[in-house]
Amino acid sequence: MSRTLLQVNDLHAGYGATEVLHGLTMTIEEGSITTLLGANGAGKTTTLRALSKMIKVRGQIQFDGQAIESKSTEDIVRLGVAHVPDGRGTFGSLSTEENLQLGSYTRKDKQEAALDQEKMYTYFPRLKERRQQQAGTLSGGEQQMLAIARALMLRPRLLLLDEPSFGLAPLIVREIFDIMRTINQKDKVTILLVEQNAAMALDLAKYAYLLETGKLVLSGLSEDLKQDEAVRRSYLGH
Amino acid sequence: METFIHQVVAGIATGGVYASLALALVMIYQSTHHINFAQGEIAMFATYMAWTLLNAGVSYWLAFTCTILLAFALGVLIQRIIIRPVENAPVLNIVVVFIGLLVILNSIAGWVFTYTIKSFPSPFPKEPPFGLHFISSHELGSIGVTLVLLLMLYGFFKFTPLGLAMRAAAQNPDSSRLVGIRVGWMLALGWGLAAAIGSVAGMMIAPVVFLEPNMMSGILLYAFAAALVGGIDSPGGAVLGGFIVGILENILGAYVIGTELKLSVALVLIIVVLTIKPAGLFGKVIVSRV
Repeated sequence: MSRTLLQVNDLHAGYGATEVLHGLTMTIEEGSITTLLGANGAGKTTTLRALSKMIKVRGQIQFDGQAIESKSTEDIVRLGVAHVPDGRGTFGSLSTEENLQLGSYTRKDKQEAALDQEKMYTYFPRLKERRQQQAGTLSGGEQQMLAIARALMLRPRLLLLDEPSFGLAPLIVREIFDIMRTINQKDKVTILLVEQNAAMALDLAKYAYLLETGKLVLSGLSEDLKQDEAVRRSYLGH
Repeated sequence: METFIHQVVAGIATGGVYASLALALVMIYQSTHHINFAQGEIAMFATYMAWTLLNAGVSYWLAFTCTILLAFALGVLIQRIIIRPVENAPVLNIVVVFIGLLVILNSIAGWVFTYTIKSFPSPFPKEPPFGLHFISSHELGSIGVTLVLLLMLYGFFKFTPLGLAMRAAAQNPDSSRLVGIRVGWMLALGWGLAAAIGSVAGMMIAPVVFLEPNMMSGILLYAFAAALVGGIDSPGGAVLGGFIVGILENILGAYVIGTELKLSVALVLIIVVLTIKPAGLFGKVIVSRV
């Protein structure tokens, strides 16, 4: 196994007095795609929120060898962790272009960032047509593309993606998955993907973790999980 | 006819002051959904700072600039020290904090500078400009200053990365954090800018209403009316509302109800807008499912 980019040890997190994650331990290899599977309410979204410190956590999170569990969201972003939240989190009243500009807000190399913006338009040509349009008026698929593009504008080392396929037509989902593969292979971005669509996620990812009610029940290579009897019955439907 | 034109022009001039203060209110409302009742007193306090500087022999435009910077710092400090600890408190608590701030600033000004009315100079000449009779130089200058201020703000929010970040933070704090924007500081910056805008409004109106600790109470009422007419969440609407309220106030005061009842124009407007069109001219109607 190559270098570890993210190491999580005994992570607890939740909302107010309700704990949702009960001691998660996981490792993410640099340059890989890892997927986090589980039913509704298993704690997938909570895991991502905990990793970018949008909620309070207990336990250890090490990013690139550095403890980040007591850092703020804003500082974690500056280390190169981009998070595409559930519900996409685009800025509805701002234009597509402004959304992309915000993605590179923390970067100092503004000229490079401008080039990256053009690159995003080659990844997602549809966004280029919509560059002056208010993000709130884009279709669901376009908004998801915008959310991913905005996250990529950070030039992240780790990309956290929360159900990018949610509510989208199959054709668009395939397009988005293709882009994820490109980002991972060409731009060397490590990806942690939370997905409901287990079959597609397992095809894309190298490693998979399976969560059930806030606990890890299974982890390993995606290929192996695909063969697992329980996974097949509960998540792949065959 | 000439008096009528003069009333309209004077209305535009004071309207610019209402517009500035209304804009300050809207800026804070947009990012926090709170109405800062102390906005007028912050402006009054800033005007006293300008007066102090002028009395110390500083030239007008230097004092003007210094006052804007001091007001900005005052706004930032108030947000960081007083408002931040109650940021997530229920709305009534925050209203009480704002009113407390209003009374405290008012009393401090009275204590330090006394309640006697002081005259505050206008930077513009006494003679009317270009031999015109329907406008005074101060009115014309005040309109000019307001327009420059509004253009600068527009440019800042539209074309600078920081302005963009502030708009983003006001709209969606969570997503803003996820792109690395320090939302707390954006709020403080918003307070600073609002106070700075208010200080300009204070310095432009002080030669007209004279300087005393209560000078902004009426003005703030007009600014509320302006912000509501335009739509409390619309900066452009607030500016337009300011000019509408200014002109309406002057014309009604001169021809219909007399100057004694002028202030009630603002109150009537507030009530009318809130009952007939609560979102104002340009405000968004927000429907929430309960």
